[in-house]
Amino acid sequence: MSVLLIAEHNNKELKPFTLNVINAAKQIDEDIHVLLIGHNADSVAKQISEVSGVKKIIHVDNVIYENYVAENFVPVILKNAEGYTHIVSAANTFGKNLMPRVAANLDTSQISDIIKVISNDTFLRPIYAGNAFATVKSNDPKKCITVRPTSFDPAPSTGGSAEIVKGEASEEYSLTKFIKKEEIKSDRPELGTARIVISGGRGLQSGDNFKLITAVADKLNAAIGASRAAVDAGYITNDHQVGQTGKVVVPDLYIAVGISGAIQHLAGMKESKVIVAINKDGEAPIFSVADYGLEADLFEALPQFLEELNKLNTIQK
Amino acid sequence: MKILVAVKRVIDYNVQIRVKDDNSGIVTENVKMSTNPPDDNAIEEAVKIKEAGKATEIVAITIGDDKAQETVRKALAVGADRGIHVKAEGIIEPLAVSKILKAVVEKEKPDLVFMGKQAIDDDCNQTGQMLAALLNWPQATFASKIEIKDKSLEVTREVDEGLETIEVNVPAIVTCDLRLNEPRYASLPNIMKAKKKPLDQMSATDLGIDTKPRIEQIKVEEPPKRKAGIKVANVAELVNKLKNEAKVI
Repeated sequence: MSVLLIAEHNNKELKPFTLNVINAAKQIDEDIHVLLIGHNADSVAKQISEVSGVKKIIHVDNVIYENYVAENFVPVILKNAEGYTHIVSAANTFGKNLMPRVAANLDTSQISDIIKVISNDTFLRPIYAGNAFATVKSNDPKKCITVRPTSFDPAPSTGGSAEIVKGEASEEYSLTKFIKKEEIKSDRPELGTARIVISGGRGLQSGDNFKLITAVADKLNAAIGASRAAVDAGYITNDHQVGQTGKVVVPDLYIAVGISGAIQHLAGMKESKVIVAINKDGEAPIFSVADYGLEADLFEALPQFLEELNKLNTIQK
Repeated sequence: MKILVAVKRVIDYNVQIRVKDDNSGIVTENVKMSTNPPDDNAIEEAVKIKEAGKATEIVAITIGDDKAQETVRKALAVGADRGIHVKAEGIIEPLAVSKILKAVVEKEKPDLVFMGKQAIDDDCNQTGQMLAALLNWPQATFASKIEIKDKSLEVTREVDEGLETIEVNVPAIVTCDLRLNEPRYASLPNIMKAKKKPLDQMSATDLGIDTKPRIEQIKVEEPPKRKAGIKVANVAELVNKLKNEAKVI
């Protein structure tokens, strides 16, 4: 038994969620091998070799893997899949795009988005936007699994000394071409891993009004989230969306501002440790999950919130 | 260009679901059902492409029990030309769905297959990618913009970091995101007309596909409930609670 884990990276750095997936994989089996597919990604290979719990790295380097295209990555994974009982990656847009293409090639029924490892073949996963949890058992000889990263702590990034071996590239898939990626750069903490998240909804009424959210986020060193309604309305870009089809976040503090709390939004944030809701509609469903609810007009409450924060001597960052 | 669009019947997205008392699944009896929301985007996109003169025929397909036909009828009412209903009972896993779709693709020979990126019941997010794997076709998942070119598509995909653009040769699979378009409503005359559009029926067995689930569903439970919170009177109290009670700032 051993686990083949597909690393997510940008050829320079490992994506932090890979560490959470490594920790989930440890609960499946101690023998974890990481498959690193990329181009000029030696620094990533070194970084993974130091992660506690990783036994081996298979590093496949070729110019065709400079950008992530599932159609190119999958043949490499299949080539290296022999001897492994589990193939694992993150349940984010990287792994969601990739793993089913692997699973179908192996005639395996994939288990998506696990939040708990019960045994090496049985897992807990949310269904219906997290309104129910299903315990499911895979009987396929090779199991394909995606892991909800925020449900597992990250593996320590030091303490390991895994060997790095070179793997072979596969033929290029010529029917799909990567054109460009518009990555939104920000100095703020990443939404998926931030300790504090402040999100805005349709109640903000415009993209410009998000500056009220930004001001509080700056003060708290928080990431900025949004409801689907706010993204659909064009107030903010899609990479901020929290919810069933957006990102799932589990911060220490989640502040929902002008968000009514549709089922699909709650799916993305209701596991947060402390939830604050600011909404002028006292009946809004968001209050049913909030630890602290403030029934108020956000256009008055947000500036006051900032003012009160400014009065504090210290703020945890 | 011919477009096949796959649609799934699911519990309506506004319904608060209930877990069965024996923990064997979710109550679906007497519950409002609808088309899976991003599948509506898939149909809408196909119709828009046809309206722009770039597609000649739209075939809508669903897999499920007799009532699943409703989703195909709805697709016909918003502009699909004909429908296919593949009868199958119980839980049909994405792997089985993709095998059925593959069998239909081989008969129908569409240039494009559209579907939603994810079904909001099982939240698997697998079928499109699996179908692409079985056909060895390109896959453009989580599409928020589709541009039709001569023998390819340029697709903008919503990814965690922002937006990504890829070009896929036709034939291809596209899974649609909610921001791809604004699905239209069916007008009453079109709903009436849709009843006269052809709808073929077949079973998964006719297509030679075994739909027996591979994954054992051991139990379905309600998630742990959150402890009820409190309402604070004003911002000062909120900040005080966050600082001194919750200790998170």
